[in-house]
Amino acid sequence: MVRLVDVYKAYGSGTRALKGVTLRIDDGEFIFLVGPSGSGKSTIIKLLTGELRPTEGRVQVNGYNIGALRQRDVPYLRRTLGVIFQDFRLIEKKSVYENVAFAMRVVGASPREIKLRVPYVLDLVGLSHKARRRPLELSGGEQQRVAIARALINNPKMIIADEPTGNLDPARSLEIMMLLERINALGTTVLAVTHEKELVNRFAKRVVAIDGGRIISDKTGGYYQYEAIRN
Amino acid sequence: MKRYETSYFFREGIRGVFLHGFMSFAAVGVIVACLLIMGSFALLAFNLDAIIKDIQNNNEILVVLDEGLSREEFVRFGTTLSGRTDIMDNIAEYTPISKDQALADFAEKVDEEYRYLIEGFATDNPLRDRYVVKLIDVNQMQDTVLKLEALNGVAQVYARLDIAQNLVRLRNAMNTISLLLILILLAVSAFIISNTVKLATFDRREEIGIMRVVGATKSFVRWPFVIEGFLLGLIGSIIAFFLQWRVYALLTERISEGLSGIALIKTVSFGEILAPVLGIFLLAGFLVGVGGSVLTIRKFLRV
Ligand SMILES: Nc1ncnc2c1ncn2[C@@H]1O[C@H](COP(=O)(O)OP(=O)(O)OP(=O)(O)O)[C@@H](O)[C@H]1O
Ligand SMILES: [Mg+2]
Repeated sequence: MVRLVDVYKAYGSGTRALKGVTLRIDDGEFIFLVGPSGSGKSTIIKLLTGELRPTEGRVQVNGYNIGALRQRDVPYLRRTLGVIFQDFRLIEKKSVYENVAFAMRVVGASPREIKLRVPYVLDLVGLSHKARRRPLELSGGEQQRVAIARALINNPKMIIADEPTGNLDPARSLEIMMLLERINALGTTVLAVTHEKELVNRFAKRVVAIDGGRIISDKTGGYYQYEAIRN
Repeated sequence: MKRYETSYFFREGIRGVFLHGFMSFAAVGVIVACLLIMGSFALLAFNLDAIIKDIQNNNEILVVLDEGLSREEFVRFGTTLSGRTDIMDNIAEYTPISKDQALADFAEKVDEEYRYLIEGFATDNPLRDRYVVKLIDVNQMQDTVLKLEALNGVAQVYARLDIAQNLVRLRNAMNTISLLLILILLAVSAFIISNTVKLATFDRREEIGIMRVVGATKSFVRWPFVIEGFLLGLIGSIIAFFLQWRVYALLTERISEGLSGIALIKTVSFGEILAPVLGIFLLAGFLVGVGGSVLTIRKFLRV
């Protein structure tokens, strides 16, 4: 579960990226986080992953208080989260299988556990037949599915995706979102940041809109509501 | 740490050594050079120390008489000496050695094939009559030597004390140089290792970033690099050890030759110091390798 209470975030440069954000995400929810460029979406995500600390206010993620998080607890917070980026961030020299297995190995899983779990997750994202390929031999959509498999591999409570479809064409984007929806149906909370109105409109999900560091709308049903407030 | 983790760290560390082949080669080369220079100086100082102790324990001095003394005068010197109680106080015994005897003794030490050269001296002996004097108290050597030199018919007194004093000065200088070298070279080695590891971490910064995102602990990220540094240090120190063995043999040969004119030099054989040298080399390699890499990665892990 995620809770932000009256959160402010100012960067060292003086930019005030968040100005009093309050947000609650319950376990099992699927949420779109939308907003124009520079509105503070990535800042929220970096607060959730412990990359940044709030300047003011309270950030609670899966039982961890980010404001008071000790350095050595950061890895354990991150093991409750699966993070996906716009640019996939796969290791080019490793195969699809190794890219996914790697994420398990670095949190101390045994070779046995890895052998059991990786095929299952690759199957879930529909890439079993490409396990031996390298990332650069795959399409963008397939690469993002590898990244999703990697995010899922350690069985996180929540998937956080920062513009996961930013580099993909509409058909691939839809596939990725549907995959996230299926993962959500299996019990994992999903928080997806996106710009794509069409895409958001195809899913009747909760949409949180942010602008200028403030939440301006939080409704279940679609993107248009956020637009209505803008105009 | 679990076994499969340890084996993973080692695999990654070894991969790193090969992946950064040129830098690894440079790092090992520098470690070898540093350890060799350091080791050679330290071993030289160590040998000098042994020689000095040997000389100081040897309480014989050589009193060489004037040229052209008659047989009678040569014998009479002994009587004169025994009459001087102030000198005899510090003399345990003295042995007259005529120049013919000295030549014969010398000939015996010379190899067979060169002995004909000595035989050529039989009619025209370049050596002089001498007395070998054994002292009671080495600490009063200076005083005794001065008194002996003042005696009539004495051309020169050869006390190894002079040699010892010169060697002490040499050794002290060597010790200072060794210490300075050790500090400088350790720093240089650590710097090179640190750069190798910096390159390694830079090469894999994306991988490190991903590891951090999926929840790897800092120590997990650090281990492969620590092992890479450790392996570089280990390889360097082992190569340096075997080279040192060779270099040491050459070095001690030179010393023995160089000093054989003054004293019979016994150098310490490498076999005797094998274990400590290996131990110190391994320790130095370990410190430099692991230290260099740990310090470097620390900067890279601040995310
Ligand atoms: N590291 C940083 N240092 C200083 N200012 C920053 C930093 N990161 C972001 N900002 C600023 O904070 C504000 C919010 O940035 P953020 O990245 O959260 O926006 P965003 O909503 O993710 O935008 P986009 O849709 O373009 O990714 C922007 O004004 C941005 O310039
Ligand atoms: Mg962003």
